[in-house]
Amino acid sequence: MAAPQVAPLETPDTDEVPAPDRPWVTIVWDDPVNLMAYVTWVFQKLFGYSRGRAEQLMLDVHHKGKAVVSSGTRERMEHDASQLHAYGLWATVDRA
Amino acid sequence: MFQRCSGHYVATFAVDEVRVLRKVATEVVGLLTDAFDHADPVVVRLFPEVYPDDAADAAEFRQYTEGDLKTAKIDQAGAILAALPDDAGGEVRLDGEAAEAWLRALNDARLAMGVRLEIRDSTDLGAELDDAVATDPGSSRMFQLSVYAYLGYLQESLLSALID
Repeated sequence: MAAPQVAPLETPDTDEVPAPDRPWVTIVWDDPVNLMAYVTWVFQKLFGYSRGRAEQLMLDVHHKGKAVVSSGTRERMEHDASQLHAYGLWATVDRA
Repeated sequence: MFQRCSGHYVATFAVDEVRVLRKVATEVVGLLTDAFDHADPVVVRLFPEVYPDDAADAAEFRQYTEGDLKTAKIDQAGAILAALPDDAGGEVRLDGEAAEAWLRALNDARLAMGVRLEIRDSTDLGAELDDAVATDPGSSRMFQLSVYAYLGYLQESLLSALID
């Protein structure tokens, strides 16, 4: 992502363990153009995440190259990925 | 630049800024309509493969979603064109919905330019611009880099006005 102003030395690992009824995941991948504040805003906007949770996911994407941003049915994940594409984020769907 | 003003987001643009924004938004619409090409790396980035390891599933998903996504992206670029003053400087006044469409459209334009300019995580935009000014002033690359930087500044400003 573009223009990280302050990067923490360590990011806690918040990868979630998917529950059995959430067999699919939506993954967002890092890219060099999207602004960090924009990515955080998109996560809040689309998923209703708190600012803190959205920021943590954004940092996971930035530092680890990707992060799971939602999990659930395949149809739901395809819907989430489509929404993320409308906002210009690079999202894919995979089995959990 | 953008300021929140009684539920709206307001900024004043110089005539050159209006022309650049119109050009950029028009180019995005062109990419999504007449010039649409699945082999174009910009299209690859704006319409990511949702199943990168499964061509059949990816094609099926594309078949059902690409039209809507294309329409959404054309509409959001259109929101920029609709709000700009006619060929002159002036005020742009956006309601909440238009502001969000602008954010998405500015992002699409930056993604498109980022692909063309080969922007990487390691790209130092300021250094690239200084280098272009020093070695090739007036070049297309210098112009494109400065537009790319300007769009980022504009997007950040609108986002700040929206969330603060």
